[in-house]
Amino acid sequence: MDWGAFVHYGLVRWLHIGAGVMWIGLLYYFNFVQVAALKAAQADNNAAGITKHVAPRALLFFRWAALVTWLAGATILGNHLFEALFFQQKALVPIGVGAWLGTIMLFNVWALIWPNQKKILGLVQASDEEKGKARRTAFLASRLNVALSIPMLFFMVASGGIFRTALFPIAS
Amino acid sequence: MKPLDSLWGTVITGLVLTLILYVIVRAAIGA
Repeated sequence: MDWGAFVHYGLVRWLHIGAGVMWIGLLYYFNFVQVAALKAAQADNNAAGITKHVAPRALLFFRWAALVTWLAGATILGNHLFEALFFQQKALVPIGVGAWLGTIMLFNVWALIWPNQKKILGLVQASDEEKGKARRTAFLASRLNVALSIPMLFFMVASGGIFRTALFPIAS
Repeated sequence: MKPLDSLWGTVITGLVLTLILYVIVRAAIGA
């Protein structure tokens, strides 16, 4: 048995998908559930349960799952990472597009969503005006990630084996 | 109101982007 291949294509891909489920699952939770729930809870003067106890925990798993997903994906591509990202091989263009979308999404998580969420949740000091701006930036970055997740998932699932040859037949 | 302000607008944006990227990638690889 080729243990290197087992780890590379078996375990690391498993980790990539598992962490990806957690990342995108929590992204969808924030956008499809928490945004509306928080609005309703604030109207009931009852938002602390979400902002103090749920959101920080969800954000912890969200941001680290995002990083693990990206690192595992980069590990799977291995020597082909740059060929995929710079579209140097036709067969790697679909996964390259998926990898770019995932990379933009990871940037949004760590550079836009998390720093602004820290201000919103009071984990760092911010004025009311700064909190208002942070709320809008984090919201739009999160919504953009939902939109980007749709083509990202399409290109990820369409990049393997029979799916790629059916959806992206390369003229020989 | 921007498309990303609503969930439906966000999902439709994602679907349209998927279609556009699919057409571009197919053309780029000569499929």
